[in-house]
Amino acid sequence: MEYFIQQLINGLTLGSIYGLIAIGYTMVYGIIGMINFAHGDVFMIGAFIALIVFLVLTTVFYSIPVALALLIMMIVAMLLTSLYNWTIEKVAYRPLRGSFRLAPLITAIGMSIALSNFVQVAQGPRNKPIPPLVGRVYEIGGVVISLKQIIIVAVTAVLLTLFWYLVNKTALGRAQRACEQDRKMAALLGIDVDRTISITFIMGASLAAVAGTLFLMYYGVIVFSDGFVPGVKAFTAAVLGGIGSIPGAVLGGLLIGFIESMWSAYFSIDYKDVAAFSILAIVLIFMPSGILGRPEVEKV
Amino acid sequence: MAPNALLDVRNVETYYGNIRALNGVDVSVNQGEIVALIGANGAGKSTLMMTIFGSPRARSGQIVFDGTDITQMPTHEIARLRIAQSPEGRRIFPRMTVLENLQMGASLDKLKFFDEDVEKVFTLFPRLKERINQRGGTLSGGEQQMLSIGRALMARPRLLLLDEPSLGLAPLIVKGIFDAIRELNRTQGLTVFLVEQNAFGALKLATRGYVMVNGSVTMSGTGKDLLADPEVRAAYLEGGRH
Repeated sequence: MEYFIQQLINGLTLGSIYGLIAIGYTMVYGIIGMINFAHGDVFMIGAFIALIVFLVLTTVFYSIPVALALLIMMIVAMLLTSLYNWTIEKVAYRPLRGSFRLAPLITAIGMSIALSNFVQVAQGPRNKPIPPLVGRVYEIGGVVISLKQIIIVAVTAVLLTLFWYLVNKTALGRAQRACEQDRKMAALLGIDVDRTISITFIMGASLAAVAGTLFLMYYGVIVFSDGFVPGVKAFTAAVLGGIGSIPGAVLGGLLIGFIESMWSAYFSIDYKDVAAFSILAIVLIFMPSGILGRPEVEKV
Repeated sequence: MAPNALLDVRNVETYYGNIRALNGVDVSVNQGEIVALIGANGAGKSTLMMTIFGSPRARSGQIVFDGTDITQMPTHEIARLRIAQSPEGRRIFPRMTVLENLQMGASLDKLKFFDEDVEKVFTLFPRLKERINQRGGTLSGGEQQMLSIGRALMARPRLLLLDEPSLGLAPLIVKGIFDAIRELNRTQGLTVFLVEQNAFGALKLATRGYVMVNGSVTMSGTGKDLLADPEVRAAYLEGGRH
């Protein structure tokens, strides 16, 4: 039983990170109907920015408190990663709006390759480690919970609450949902659709940057190719939960996290990805629009 | 052509791909008027309504609102000049509640006058108040129509474009809506440009009217004159009543 709970906690941690990344996929899909394949690499860039900020901080202030350092890393990563994603949308995707559906998709794949190669050249191809920032662990009835895990789950919970409020209760979120449902009508009501789309990319990137910072803190290492696998997992999570649905992205992220940690615990760790993707395939056969997704039919 | 018209559409041509939908249209709407545009299905009435908003964009000609050339202006900036539209197909946000749809209508003022204006809309359409927390997509066609008009009114428009406000509504409600338009026009001086297939009701309501056939305006005059015109009667009134 302790073992099971232990795996549940590990799955929750992993799932939180996937969920944060998955929101970026699902929101962009919701508003412009495009899978932003570069989003995984945006996450990796977020982690690298956090790493660089960490190095700068520890060089300039030799003994900075860890909590403060983490906070600064997270905020700077959010700002700069948003700038990256905002630029990507403006330069690579916006000119293709209104062209055929495959064009932005292919561009996104190209952008993904460009970003990871850029980081490979700029930062080198080897693993970049940081010293363990948070080492404390708690043991409750045979279950080991590290402070890192608590931080990850808590930060995710706080951010998701804020994010839920932003999307559901503010004028900005309302404009976003309006653009998602009927872009032309939103424009007729005076909503600047291009600006709203830009803000969506910025929001997705901020969450991915937080995920990147947490990933760096959790594993203590980052490399240029780390955008790919978590990116694909988060994309899977978004599809599993129902692409276009924000609660679905979180639910899908948690499910993928649980499946992975449970499979690694009870079966073979080598096949954990196979398990996650098999479950995706099975779910999609029976629920083609995902768990919380809606079918494409609307009453007219 | 009035030189100081609130809305002036001059020789506008609009295309869908290579197909010409508007064929050099001239229409003007003066401050304080109710102007009706009537015509058969596919004549280009709704295309004109959307062309005024630059979506689709006029390929030639000029559209002037209150002295400003808006022909090439982005759609959302045209809306910010306080032109509001209840468009063809109603275009209610289906996964937003009635309240949120109305809030979207009031986006321009960041909801500053929301409480005051929403009461006016609810006086006009009490049904919307009963449905306030229901999602737009689950409303009946008539309720969606009311919501669409209500949402346009929430923008405090200087010019209100209504695309077939009577579509899908029971005759009594149509009368209510036409009365409401007349009332808004009389008390607040609201300028209205409406497209209608219900030619009789529209021309009775309107100060002036235009008749559109195959992308061109073929006739214009006061509502009364058009109602009396034998050609109009044959094509849109008697002939239209089966």
